[in-house]
Amino acid sequence: MRVALFLTCVNDTLYPDTGRAVVKLLTRLGCQVDFPMAQTCCGQAHYNTGYRHEAEPLARHFSDVFRDYDAIVTPSGSCGAMVRELYPRMGERARAEGRGDGLATALAPVVPKTYELTEFLVDVLKVTDVGAYYPHKVTYHPTCHGLRGLGLGDRPHRLLQAVKGLELVELPGAEECCGFGGTFALKNSDVSAAMGADKVRNAESTGAEVLCAADNSCLMHIGGTMGRLRTAMRPVHIAEILASTEEEPLA
Amino acid sequence: MSGTFVGMPAFPKAAHDAVRNKTLRGNLRHATHTIRDKRARAVTELEDWARLREAGKQIKDHTLRHLDRYLVQLEEAVTAAGGIVHWAADADEANRIVTYLVKATGETEVVKVKSMATQEIGLNEALEAEGIHAYETDLAELIVQLGKDRPSHILVPAIHRNRGEIRDIFKREMGEWGRPAPEGLTDTPAELAEAARLHLREKFLRAKVGISGANFMVAETGTLVVVESEGNGRMCLTLPETLISVVGIEKIVPTWQDLEVFLQTLPRSSTAERMNPYTSMWTGTTDGDGPQTFHLVLIDNGRTDTLADQVGRQALRCIRCSACLNVCPVYERAGGHAYGSVYPGPIGAILSPQLRGTESEIDASLPYASSLCGACYEVCPVAIDIPEVLVHLRERVVEGGPVTRKGAKVVLKPAKGHAAERAAMRAARWAFSHPGALRTGQRLASRTRRLHPRSLPGPGQAWSASRDIPAVPAEPFRDWWQRTHGGKDDAK
Amino acid sequence: MSSRDLILGRVRRALADVPQDDTPYEQAIDRAYLREHGDRTTEQTVDLLAENLADYRAIVHRTDADGLPGLIARLLAERGSRTVLVPDGLPPQWLTEAADATRVPDRAASTPHELDEIDSVVTGCAVAVAETGTIVLDGGPDQGRRRITLVPDHHVCVVRVPGQVVSSVPQALERLTPGRPQTWISGPSATSDIELDRVEGVHGPRALEVVLVSEE
Repeated sequence: MRVALFLTCVNDTLYPDTGRAVVKLLTRLGCQVDFPMAQTCCGQAHYNTGYRHEAEPLARHFSDVFRDYDAIVTPSGSCGAMVRELYPRMGERARAEGRGDGLATALAPVVPKTYELTEFLVDVLKVTDVGAYYPHKVTYHPTCHGLRGLGLGDRPHRLLQAVKGLELVELPGAEECCGFGGTFALKNSDVSAAMGADKVRNAESTGAEVLCAADNSCLMHIGGTMGRLRTAMRPVHIAEILASTEEEPLA
Repeated sequence: MSGTFVGMPAFPKAAHDAVRNKTLRGNLRHATHTIRDKRARAVTELEDWARLREAGKQIKDHTLRHLDRYLVQLEEAVTAAGGIVHWAADADEANRIVTYLVKATGETEVVKVKSMATQEIGLNEALEAEGIHAYETDLAELIVQLGKDRPSHILVPAIHRNRGEIRDIFKREMGEWGRPAPEGLTDTPAELAEAARLHLREKFLRAKVGISGANFMVAETGTLVVVESEGNGRMCLTLPETLISVVGIEKIVPTWQDLEVFLQTLPRSSTAERMNPYTSMWTGTTDGDGPQTFHLVLIDNGRTDTLADQVGRQALRCIRCSACLNVCPVYERAGGHAYGSVYPGPIGAILSPQLRGTESEIDASLPYASSLCGACYEVCPVAIDIPEVLVHLRERVVEGGPVTRKGAKVVLKPAKGHAAERAAMRAARWAFSHPGALRTGQRLASRTRRLHPRSLPGPGQAWSASRDIPAVPAEPFRDWWQRTHGGKDDAK
Repeated sequence: MSSRDLILGRVRRALADVPQDDTPYEQAIDRAYLREHGDRTTEQTVDLLAENLADYRAIVHRTDADGLPGLIARLLAERGSRTVLVPDGLPPQWLTEAADATRVPDRAASTPHELDEIDSVVTGCAVAVAETGTIVLDGGPDQGRRRITLVPDHHVCVVRVPGQVVSSVPQALERLTPGRPQTWISGPSATSDIELDRVEGVHGPRALEVVLVSEE
């Protein structure tokens, strides 16, 4: 299967380890992974901040770059939800504004074949045991757009439970937002920080060493809060845990 | 809306203080978490919840799409049943009508059932200015009124007060308004409820005029429905000689049968009960039973402007259950007052800027008072996609564009204060449309990474005041990929 | 222009996008939700009513026609009720053994203050809903004016079972006549206004006793 890695602009710039982990994991599972170099940004930050019209060319560009692949895999629940949930809505809005079907038609090909990583593993590759090894106590935070936008459900849990050596502990208040919310973190930084601090305290109460999630944007906020609160825990993207093996453990 | 809220600061400023108020944070956390878990259990009892939710959405959508027809049908049915229907285009007109109707009875005091619509129009203040005392009779409204406070929740306006604070307000204020609080009043909820019972009873028994809102109005029969718990609603709806109900035009359902959906979804969503203790339904007047004069005042006050927006009109489906407030992480930390409106929380963040417009500082900030986590949409019993409307209203703030205000089409200019952001968004869009430029920026960031400060200047302070800044890696992923996989560089 | 015409005009302009041939009401709503929840025998439905009434702190009693007058007399005596409000159409035999309580008829001329002096009220009901633990009054002859079940602090409500019991809210609405003034009662008055936790006993009757009387 010819799989395109849609890494997202945040991961590309700040979290290349997550990208390397996805490549390693999918290659190990027999996929032929490509990283289309022309990829940039799905337009989520623009769209959610109210700049829908600025997001449209980015969405068209996304579709141009990715439309010919069998599957498009992304290690981000929110960017995955942008393509799957909001690209169709952008097409509808353009139509309602009297601009015809052009945008909807341009974006349609990428919508059904874009998958968040854990979805792709469980639903398409049909694996839950990916042969990973990670001897740590881990708690999982379901990020909002993965949880409610994409409906990831228990897929991440099933994948983590199958990891050798990993002890998965339940996070109290798991389904509450961490407070990142894109530009919300800046525009309403007091509330965002309060939500982040509560999330970190809940994570600490589990006694886990690692807080794992499927979205580095949220982990950037949670990890930044952990650092400021001098917590001993560390944030790790689920791709990096699933890529880790006994032979090549996560650094 | 009510003058109480004029000149409110923008949401982030109001939230800044609320987040630091430990008592408030504790009160809200306790109350919202209590009801959150109970609601989840009450909803799980109904295996057809998703279908009830969908039907509720469809009933409301259909009604809104044919609102003119149903309003006329309702008016005919209420009139035929002995009621008198009045129409008010805005808050001032509604207040004038109600004041006139009360004065015509010769009375100088009225008892009120909790009603969002009358709060929205600032009726109590308007009546007071004409020498008419309006007594709130819902327990939480009483707490707010006695405490000279503002409501902070749709269902429980005094949610920001804990039992100790409520006892103090009762002891201090009840004597000023009527029967004083009993000697030795403690802070147990049962004693506080008893104190309210004793205090209000004399007012109920002598009241000649009652004022209410309504949860539903049935177009085919002219029936109004009030859903409540304490019995104060029944007191106001049945003991006075005159009843005046002030209701938003969007509260209509077409048929009697439609109630079968909402009487299942509303109580479970709001107080997490299978059914609330009391529901009153009346159709015009009934000879010898209840008020013999019944006025229905239908109010627009921004609703038709909201209706004109194809994305935003779904906010008019709201049945005021407040489930979205109880589940909202932002509401829980910022509190209801920060929203600067009688409609706080997620629904308020999409309703207030539509009813009032986005011109004021507070209204322009409300669409941003959300992390877009989607918990509100998930619990909404009429499936209002609140995040969708929030983003839509953000667009209205930053881009401006055509909207309807007071029934007329106008074109809004982009809001002030977003110029730097708009420039940054355009620059980012340009860079993201040119992968080569993006890559140059990434490389520059990587090469200078040892020089990056630990805290950020300007708007970046909003991040670094409470969170560490992520370290920039030695090379972006795309450089690693090209180095190791020899990818053809099509990034031009 | 009247405000009525102004508002209706605004509504019509706001709905310019709605086509003339929009889906009619009958087809616009998918009523795939359930008419009742669960599969119960008639007896089980009555049991569920009793259970849900009690769950919201109504006091539930069960008897038959022969036992009813004695039970009502006992309930009034236990409360020390000296006066009891009686709707015009209440079956006279229900109160034949309640000798100690003075009967007060339901009169239009009674003032709220007079009603406030009365200890108890005894009524029938129009229908009862098992799934929600609700009794519905619709001003029928054995129920009287709305206010008589509101002001006195003690309400004894007689439900004929299984005839007056339905499973669900949709079934209850089918049985009721919309034009009649209705009061749906689920437990004694309560409030959730202090810290969002439920407390019983505010303005309505603080004691609600429901008598399920089995029909022959």
